[in-house]
Amino acid sequence: MASLTAFPHRQPGTVSAIEWDRLAAPEARRLRELGFDEGASIEVLHRSRFGQGPIACRIGRMTVALRRAVAGAIHVALPTPAE
Amino acid sequence: MHPAPLVALVGNPNAGKSALFNALTGARQKVGNYPGVTVERHHGRLVLPDGRPAELVDLPGAYSLEPSSPDERVTRDVVTGTGGFERVPDALVVVVDAANLDNHLRFAMQLIALGRPVVIALNMVDLAERDGLVLDAGRLSAELGVPVIPTVAVRRRGLDELREALGGLVDREPAAAAAPEDIRALQRRARTVARAAIVSETPTRRWTQTLDRVALHPVAGPVLLLGILFVMFQAVFTWAATPADMIDAAFGGLEGWITTNTGASFLRSLVTDGLIAGVGAVVVFLPQILILFLFILVLEASGYMVRAAFLMDRLMAGVGLSGRAFIPLLSSFACAVPGIMATRTIDDEKDRLTTILIAPLMTCSARWPVYTLIIGAMIPNTQVAPFVQLQGLVMFGLLIVGVAGAYGAALVLRRTVTRGASSGFMMEMPKYQWPLLRDIGIGLWTRAMIFLKRAGTIIAGTTVVLWLLLSFPKPPEGSGISPVDYSVAGRIGNAIEVVVRPIGFNRDIALALLPAMAAREVAVSAIGTVYAIDDSEGEAGQTAISDRLKARWSLPTALAFLMWFVWAPQCISTIAVTRRETNGWKWPAFMVGYLFAAAYIFAGITYWLAVAVGL
Repeated sequence: MASLTAFPHRQPGTVSAIEWDRLAAPEARRLRELGFDEGASIEVLHRSRFGQGPIACRIGRMTVALRRAVAGAIHVALPTPAE
Repeated sequence: MHPAPLVALVGNPNAGKSALFNALTGARQKVGNYPGVTVERHHGRLVLPDGRPAELVDLPGAYSLEPSSPDERVTRDVVTGTGGFERVPDALVVVVDAANLDNHLRFAMQLIALGRPVVIALNMVDLAERDGLVLDAGRLSAELGVPVIPTVAVRRRGLDELREALGGLVDREPAAAAAPEDIRALQRRARTVARAAIVSETPTRRWTQTLDRVALHPVAGPVLLLGILFVMFQAVFTWAATPADMIDAAFGGLEGWITTNTGASFLRSLVTDGLIAGVGAVVVFLPQILILFLFILVLEASGYMVRAAFLMDRLMAGVGLSGRAFIPLLSSFACAVPGIMATRTIDDEKDRLTTILIAPLMTCSARWPVYTLIIGAMIPNTQVAPFVQLQGLVMFGLLIVGVAGAYGAALVLRRTVTRGASSGFMMEMPKYQWPLLRDIGIGLWTRAMIFLKRAGTIIAGTTVVLWLLLSFPKPPEGSGISPVDYSVAGRIGNAIEVVVRPIGFNRDIALALLPAMAAREVAVSAIGTVYAIDDSEGEAGQTAISDRLKARWSLPTALAFLMWFVWAPQCISTIAVTRRETNGWKWPAFMVGYLFAAAYIFAGITYWLAVAVGL
């Protein structure tokens, strides 16, 4: 398990936990509205190699851009074989 | 008689709502504003299967009934029948992206729970199939308890079925609203329903992801973005030249026709010197504005704009803004008014306010006529390097000063008046798609009409008023006093000149500054009008404005004038839209204050530096 900022690139995973209390209320709500939830399938698509740029990831069938501060609160695990 | 039934289109952003709206209403649509808020209201007419007309409104995209921006608030208020923006819709068309079913269904289910008659448009089913996703609309309909129509708005598929379903719905009595459900429970239920409706799902490499490998690449991405911006600005100047010349010739022809076919009179002078010259000077820029909007509309419709925001986020974060601010700021190069309105999509209040306050610093198309005229007249067109001409370089420099000024202003504002926690950046990145000629056409047509209406009302009005103020009272015969000096406007100009003389401005400029408040480009026609009236006793009527400028202005004055225009908040429409968007006079007053102060200081520095180095 790793946070989204450190999870390997282009490796399908599953959201294992989200530290909702680390996020501001509107941020948390928007995140939920975009489909971030425990159990959702996720994949990091783009992450600038240097610096602190945002991250683009696939969540469900959607591509979403978010900043590293938010991505750090999202924990990802390799998908369980049952899924 | 009953008014026509009202049908509202509602759904997530990027569900293809606008394309569906355009397909259903065609040219029978209008853009207005919701009262009290600057949310655009798109509405049009739809013909039901029994021949009755219905009114269709396209509500702003939203993710849920819990609004986080003014746009989403309008959507919530309309569908729940509160807020008084609209009569309560008789039926809702809920648009969902077939490829994003689990996510879009959550909002759809919230809307169904309201109890109003609902039909689901399962949109973009063709794209979903291309992505290897096959859906069972019948099964989805059974799960949700409302009709589900598969549609492909851009290919006009499913439109008749949708009309058919609406015909049966608009007269139905609404049911009672169900109790709102917890968002997480709703999300889980949406996922279950979506899974039930999916017949088969084969993972395929989607071409959106392939394109993103280049567009979002840490090196190739920014290079591509710069290239696109370069082509855009290049196109604005080169493509627009021919149509602009044609418009110019048409206005010149009209003026000539009137001059030869009517006797010299007060009225003729008003029409030719005032109205035609003033409006013509502005309408000439229609091609440039449309080309700029063409690029912006294509970038938006194709899905690239969000990628640009992604790439710019890093840079914008440096001054406490987010990548989202890039989109309204780019639009501000065409005009700050739609740019400021586009800030509505920024959820964070401080972030949005800062973007509004710096938007007027983007070199809007109204400044180009001013820059072009002054640079053309005062800056020699010498070659400074291969492919680089001094005039072009000065133009580019002014653009850069504006962007750098905005960057600096944002930096200062975010640490002072709009201080607050750094805002986030979270955005859905839609699939790439070919922009539809028809949608782009409708968008351009709307912009052109807004611009021409402005030219025909505000700009024509101010030009005429200025002409009148410059023409009266007439100096006594043979007194030798210049007619401009003797007129009302001349006296006002002389008073203003006292204030602006320290920064190198003369009376003509002082005079042009006032009408330029109506629209920046009026400065050009105002200077022209001043000289036309001033020289009316002489033979100089035919001399071009640029020749008169060369005779009357020094280079430091011209440079100071250009610098003034980089900063000055001039146009009243910008101030008015800022007032509407910020709900009060506080922020527009602040904006006007800080920009005028900056304009005065930087124009002054420019003037004295230029004088000091002996220009």
